[in-house]
Amino acid sequence: MVDLISARRLPLADVPPLAATALSMAPLLPQARFVLRARPAAQAAIGQALGVALPTLVCRANVAGNRAALWLGPDEWLVLLLLPDGGAETLPAAFAVAAEGAPYSLVDISHRQSGLSLSGPQAATVLNTGCALDLDLAAFPVGMCTRTLLGKADITLWRTSETTFHIEAWRSFLPYVWQFLQEAAREFLV
Amino acid sequence: MLIIDCPYCGKRPEIEFSYGGEAHIARPLDPAALNDEEWAAFLYARTNPKGLHAERWRHARGCGRFFNAVRDTVSDFFVTTYKTGEARPDATKKASA
Amino acid sequence: MTGQFRTAKGGRIDRAQKLLFSFDDVVYEGVQGDTLASALLANGVHLMGRSYKYHRPRGVLSAGSDEPNALVGLYRDKARYTPNLRAPCVELYNGLMADSQNRWPSLRWDIGIINDALSPLLPAGFYYKTFKWPAFAWKKYYEPFIRAAAGLGRSPTLADPDRYDNRWAHCDVLVVGSGPAGVSAALAAAESGARVILCDEQAELGGSLLSDVQANIDDQPAQAWLAGALATLARHPRVQLLPRTTAFGYFAHNMVGLSERITDHMAEPAAHLPRERLWQVRATEVVIAAGALERPLVFPHNDRPGVMLADSARTYVNRYGVKPGNLVVVATAHDSAYRAALDLHAAGVKIVTLADQRPSPSGPLIDAVRDAGIPLRVGTSVTGTGGGTRVRWVSLSSNGVSSEPVVCDTLLMSGGWTPSVHLFSQSRGRLRFDEALQAYVPGQSVERERSAGACRGVFGLAAALQDGAQAGAAAAKAAGYASARANPASAVGGEAGTGGWLGLVPGASPVKAFLDFQNDVTAKDIKLAVREGMRSIEHIKRYTTTGMATDQGKTSNMNALGVASGALDTPIPQVGHTTFRMPYTPVTFGAFAALSRDGLFDPARQTPMHDWAAENGAVFEDVGLWKRAHYFPKSSEDLHKAVDRECVAVRQSVGIFDASTLGKIEVVGPDAAEFMNRMYINAWTKLGVGKCRYGIMCREDGFVMDDGVVGRMAADRFHVTTTTGGAPRVLALMEDYLQTEWPDLDVWLTSTTEQWAVIAVQGPRARDVLAPLVEGIDISAKAFPHMSVAEGRIAGVPTRLFRVSFSGELGFEVNVPADYGRAVWEAIYASGQQYGITPYGTETMHVLRAEKGFIIVGQETDGTATPDDAGLTWAIGKAKKDFVGKRSLDRASMKGADRKQLVGLLTENPATVLEEGAQLVAGPKQPVPMTLLGHVTSSYHSANLGHSIALAMLSGGRARIGTSLFVPMPQGAIKVKIVDPVFYDREGARLDG
Repeated sequence: MVDLISARRLPLADVPPLAATALSMAPLLPQARFVLRARPAAQAAIGQALGVALPTLVCRANVAGNRAALWLGPDEWLVLLLLPDGGAETLPAAFAVAAEGAPYSLVDISHRQSGLSLSGPQAATVLNTGCALDLDLAAFPVGMCTRTLLGKADITLWRTSETTFHIEAWRSFLPYVWQFLQEAAREFLV
Repeated sequence: MLIIDCPYCGKRPEIEFSYGGEAHIARPLDPAALNDEEWAAFLYARTNPKGLHAERWRHARGCGRFFNAVRDTVSDFFVTTYKTGEARPDATKKASA
Repeated sequence: MTGQFRTAKGGRIDRAQKLLFSFDDVVYEGVQGDTLASALLANGVHLMGRSYKYHRPRGVLSAGSDEPNALVGLYRDKARYTPNLRAPCVELYNGLMADSQNRWPSLRWDIGIINDALSPLLPAGFYYKTFKWPAFAWKKYYEPFIRAAAGLGRSPTLADPDRYDNRWAHCDVLVVGSGPAGVSAALAAAESGARVILCDEQAELGGSLLSDVQANIDDQPAQAWLAGALATLARHPRVQLLPRTTAFGYFAHNMVGLSERITDHMAEPAAHLPRERLWQVRATEVVIAAGALERPLVFPHNDRPGVMLADSARTYVNRYGVKPGNLVVVATAHDSAYRAALDLHAAGVKIVTLADQRPSPSGPLIDAVRDAGIPLRVGTSVTGTGGGTRVRWVSLSSNGVSSEPVVCDTLLMSGGWTPSVHLFSQSRGRLRFDEALQAYVPGQSVERERSAGACRGVFGLAAALQDGAQAGAAAAKAAGYASARANPASAVGGEAGTGGWLGLVPGASPVKAFLDFQNDVTAKDIKLAVREGMRSIEHIKRYTTTGMATDQGKTSNMNALGVASGALDTPIPQVGHTTFRMPYTPVTFGAFAALSRDGLFDPARQTPMHDWAAENGAVFEDVGLWKRAHYFPKSSEDLHKAVDRECVAVRQSVGIFDASTLGKIEVVGPDAAEFMNRMYINAWTKLGVGKCRYGIMCREDGFVMDDGVVGRMAADRFHVTTTTGGAPRVLALMEDYLQTEWPDLDVWLTSTTEQWAVIAVQGPRARDVLAPLVEGIDISAKAFPHMSVAEGRIAGVPTRLFRVSFSGELGFEVNVPADYGRAVWEAIYASGQQYGITPYGTETMHVLRAEKGFIIVGQETDGTATPDDAGLTWAIGKAKKDFVGKRSLDRASMKGADRKQLVGLLTENPATVLEEGAQLVAGPKQPVPMTLLGHVTSSYHSANLGHSIALAMLSGGRARIGTSLFVPMPQGAIKVKIVDPVFYDREGARLDG
């Protein structure tokens, strides 16, 4: 039988991380990911079961320890759990208990998407090569998250510090996203 | 490229949106009750106005929500955007930048 | 050669830094800070190009991007050749290699000049009139001839090796143009705290201030004030200064396109830098400070090398330290040429005569010229030039009386100033004709922008500084910076002049009096166009091609309008103006493409098993953005041999196929079944947990939109699959209905396309291959029949295992979390070795399903096929009251007996494979156009059956089964027999292996 940990091949397994003063870029560690959909009645209870309150503020993320909930839409959150493989397996059951019959949808997308961390003083500038949003701190503050486009790929963009962005994309788009940012970064890597 | 004010996320560039045709054309609750002409009108007849147009957009590359907008088809400026299910607002004021 | 026309001192050049460059293979010397044009002028070279149509010799006319004549090609290496650059815009670097265009064999001796001798035969509309008939001659003779003779420059033939970049940017205030108005606007906006971008097409910011050596601003020389102002702006953290950056287009909602040239001025471009950057700037407010363009005077042979715009000559002297000539005549209709005469005079250039066509000009500049002792002739216009490839004399005329020729080597001219309203007009703002200025100026705005300075007719240094400051403050205020104030700098000097002239100068002939230098349009051509019936200025433009060249009529528009106005005997505002289109100046394709080239042109989507397929020799095909394994050739096999082998292997033993690209949607919630009932034609309520069903989705118009197997994972959870290409639109349609028609349903949709790697294992040995690997699921025929689904583990990995078949054989589709896809694929492949497991690609998948008569949505169906047309009536949930498309299917026309229906086709010759897309007709001898009864949708050679097979959509097809029709082909009609679409195992006996 296959050894689960060693058999897992992450979509950005082969890229060398990029590290410079202006900019660094590294693939994210594997984490458990769920898409959560729920009406307001179930949200508080589910947040409690999750261990991090579901943000109700538009395009904002809540973080508690190694768990995060990102607002993606008015009834949609991306739930991230930085746990070892299989560590999130009890989550669906916990949700079911917490929701007490209130309807919701929890779908495991841990393998659907992955991501990278982009950081450094030039991170926003490099992102703006392909991202049409205003990434000025006033317009896109720390803690803001949203789905948007990078070049021709859909991404989820989350600013985790003034100079750090957490970027996720569907696995087949990740090599494109990585290469795009690498190309955009070239002028800052001297 | 237009700027569109998503009723959930705020102002975003047009590339994040997909267009959804004329708004406020509800699917009949009992399609079988319509005769062929009425059904064809529901399927195909659209107003295509020169001027203010209530239309559907979806913030497809953002929050994913459908919503409605009133846009001046001459100037391409929006008068307002509003959530699906809300009544078409009084949009007599002029669209402007 | 040395720069014998270099002034003794002054200019924004570094005389110590010498640069060598070549023009048409002659080596010259220039200095740092030169443009190609200024460096050539410093060496006495005026002849820089040949005109487009008549190949007339041309010299540099201007000192900026309005230059119509001096177009050159720049050579760096074989792949780096850039044609059609304007010499005044090319910054000189050491080793620059330029050549002239539109000449053969050389610039001085050009054979194409024959067109000039023939020019009486080549009037406006010549091509339209001459090359009309005979019709066949156009393609055969005329077009090749014209194409060979015409064309501006040549394009490089190698791929562009340079990199290009894109930048999305936002600001509160975008200021376009960095002359006195633009710099003042940027200062006012920046002081308020606004985010500002200031861009200018030139290498240095400053605009007209860079050419000013007389005026003072805030008690300092203008250029010193400029340096201070720019330093202030550079210190603002929220200000971005962009020299070498052209605002080329104004788009909806205050999106302005900028093209930044980053490395073109470098002798050795740094490898890490992109050559150009496309800026897509979204500005809350825009200040256009684009300045004004000087107009040429229109008179015969006004295009001779040595004839220049007066203020451009002033720029060459003051900014570049270059004298355009030694013996200069100035002809003008505007005060500003007096300033040029004075500055040239001060630099030691002899002004032979200043001829002013106005009868009695007056003002401080006129007095200053008189005081300087420059010979002034008023009421005198210029009516001609002579001298071959360089001006040797000019003729002047006063009150219709010509004087003797005046000897000179340079003629400077000024017809006054045209506000640059291009960007404003592109923003859809309305232009207004200002009678006093005799110019179009910005009228009603549409976007959130304002113009400032000369581009809106506010001339003079002090006025421009003040207008810019006010515009900058107003823009910042409008963008939400309430404290914004205008504190304009004060100026002494640089006063606005008066005067101006549109069209042919008084007393001049229209023959060879050029309006549009680049397109060789003369005043005579415009008059001819009017005589031949053109009334609209848009028609005159297209008939004569005036204003249609790469300079977009910057120097010619208003003069053409003046001539047209006279010929039409209609005032200018009634004649109107042509449309200003983007780009303001040419933008490279590279800048528009930016990063979207080569590997970044499109995302190349790869499945988790992609690398295995590549390592095992797969040939890939593009399916949308996906790379899918098309077939797996062994040694020398071609597509057909490989597919034949793969097809036989699946039916005889077992094959393995990567189906990961199938779209997948998780439908979850208590109302999931109700939602599925509404979206799909099938019935779902009674589908048990652990069971699958082949689902078909229609659009509301009743036509098949997508299909796929749907598994019920729980009472409230469906695992829906879609076609590879249909995944996004199926999810979008579902979301549309859910959000806008049935928001009350408690059900949610999540794309899981990429969550799962899907491994199809098909063939009589499929169960034997999987059995040793599966845990927690009894996959025996009895416990796990066709159309079952269950969760368990395979090779130690969690799986959703489907028992489904798109081949007609015993089949499974193994879904595992994508990161495990390759490991599980390899485990299955290893387990299948004893059965000769064969990897197969999409082509074999297509053949196998066609043998079974399974449709592919988008291949058999084309958006006009109903479920019944596709032979899928059995799938419709008959008891359902409603579903998307049901009402449309009830229309009489959707049930007509003559609708195109799915059938099979067999050819008489088993080796004949029909062309997909070929038509079906009753008799091959009928006259054209034949009555078309249907068309071939899929066609293959079937190795398993030993003959070709085809599927077709055929009018009344099911009733025609057993009859014969014909497929007309260029080689002759092919007779086909209409048969049932299921060619293989009609009973379905093989599904259980």
